[in-house]
Amino acid sequence: MKKKRIATTSLAGCFGCHMSLLDIDERIFDLLELVEFDRSPLNDLKKFTRRCDIGLIEGGCCNEENVHVLREFRQNCDILVAVGQCAIMGGLPVMRNAIMHSDDPLRECLEEAYCTPKVLNPENQIPNDPALPLLLDKVYTCVDVVKIDYQIPGCPPSGETIWQALNALVRNEAPALDYALIKYD
Amino acid sequence: MTKKITFTIDGKTIDSKSGQSIMDACEAQGIYIPRLCDSKGLVPQGSCRVCSVKVNGRVVAACTQPVEDGANIEHETNEIQGYRKDLVRMLFHEGNHLCPICEASGRCELQAMAYRFGISQATTYPYLQPVRPVDASHPDIALDNNRCILCGRCIRASRDVDGKNVFEYIGRGIHKRIGVNGDCLADTNAELSDYAMSHEVCPVGCIIRKGEGFFAPVGERQYDMDKIGSSIESPGNPSSDKLIKVHQIDPGCFNKDMP
Repeated sequence: MKKKRIATTSLAGCFGCHMSLLDIDERIFDLLELVEFDRSPLNDLKKFTRRCDIGLIEGGCCNEENVHVLREFRQNCDILVAVGQCAIMGGLPVMRNAIMHSDDPLRECLEEAYCTPKVLNPENQIPNDPALPLLLDKVYTCVDVVKIDYQIPGCPPSGETIWQALNALVRNEAPALDYALIKYD
Repeated sequence: MTKKITFTIDGKTIDSKSGQSIMDACEAQGIYIPRLCDSKGLVPQGSCRVCSVKVNGRVVAACTQPVEDGANIEHETNEIQGYRKDLVRMLFHEGNHLCPICEASGRCELQAMAYRFGISQATTYPYLQPVRPVDASHPDIALDNNRCILCGRCIRASRDVDGKNVFEYIGRGIHKRIGVNGDCLADTNAELSDYAMSHEVCPVGCIIRKGEGFFAPVGERQYDMDKIGSSIESPGNPSSDKLIKVHQIDPGCFNKDMP
């Protein structure tokens, strides 16, 4: 069987889902028999080398770079999988959307984070280096931006969950999960 | 006066007695009908419609509809299960149900119902992401309305069991919400010992008992291994199996045409 090419990325996530992928322990050797990793933080490849079969997305979109990367993944992957609650419904970053009552919500959010005396930031400066990606007005889920083919729920999904889902995907099957593996937390 | 009656559910003939709801009649036979707004000891109100069944070709709420002699009830058909799934999905989209940060996670009936239906996560509809106020004024209790599913169980528990009327519905349609009998919860006569404030009443994490969060470790929480309704279902029922394969991970259906 031809090896499937997998690309992974972490957008507005905490890398917990990637940690969970590594949590399949020694089965990673079995996985490497079936797949080859393309663009991924695991091998530090920053660009796609060729078209991929499966793309794993961790995290939603909180800045313009996230949107750019997500669109690139959609263009270069046959199957796009949202991994974890952040990619599926925004997760923890989406809590930012709940302060939308304000007239200038993003400013209020940044001022709370950087200009209150709780953090060490003597000049009360909000980071605005041109090299930093522009923040979006609110956090968007992956389905708000591109078409997502499958979702693996969990925060993070357990190693077992990712293992079962990936095993089905590399065999061109729709993933099925045991009751005990469907978790939203 | 109750009399003996017979009805069929999913082709199975059941001997029962009149004067009870379809839900109670089925429960006596070890058949669990999913429900969110109904809770033992409270008057049923039939608002969540998760208990929908088809009786003689018409969809009704099993918690309020009396069982009739000769009724032909459809319960776990693809059509009815589809309605129930979509209703639960829409509840996830209507509020802010962030399971990773919610202390009710693991004992939440909404979450458990989604697990039971094998909803890996809903994406057929856009997320509403409402901004609703949090009322933490009371020393022992907090209300996070972002998680409220308007089941009204707290209203009935406070009114009928505690005799207090702490909660009531306000507004209509999409503006409907739960209000308290005063400017904030601290102004009411609500107490932590009220039945309305117990874990049995609020099916989600809206009514928060302060200082009690995250008391059960992951893996030992109420619905971590036991499916919701498994205490009602008789062991012979195939859907009572603890480990049941879900059909497949739901593909995201929303925004299908986007690049």
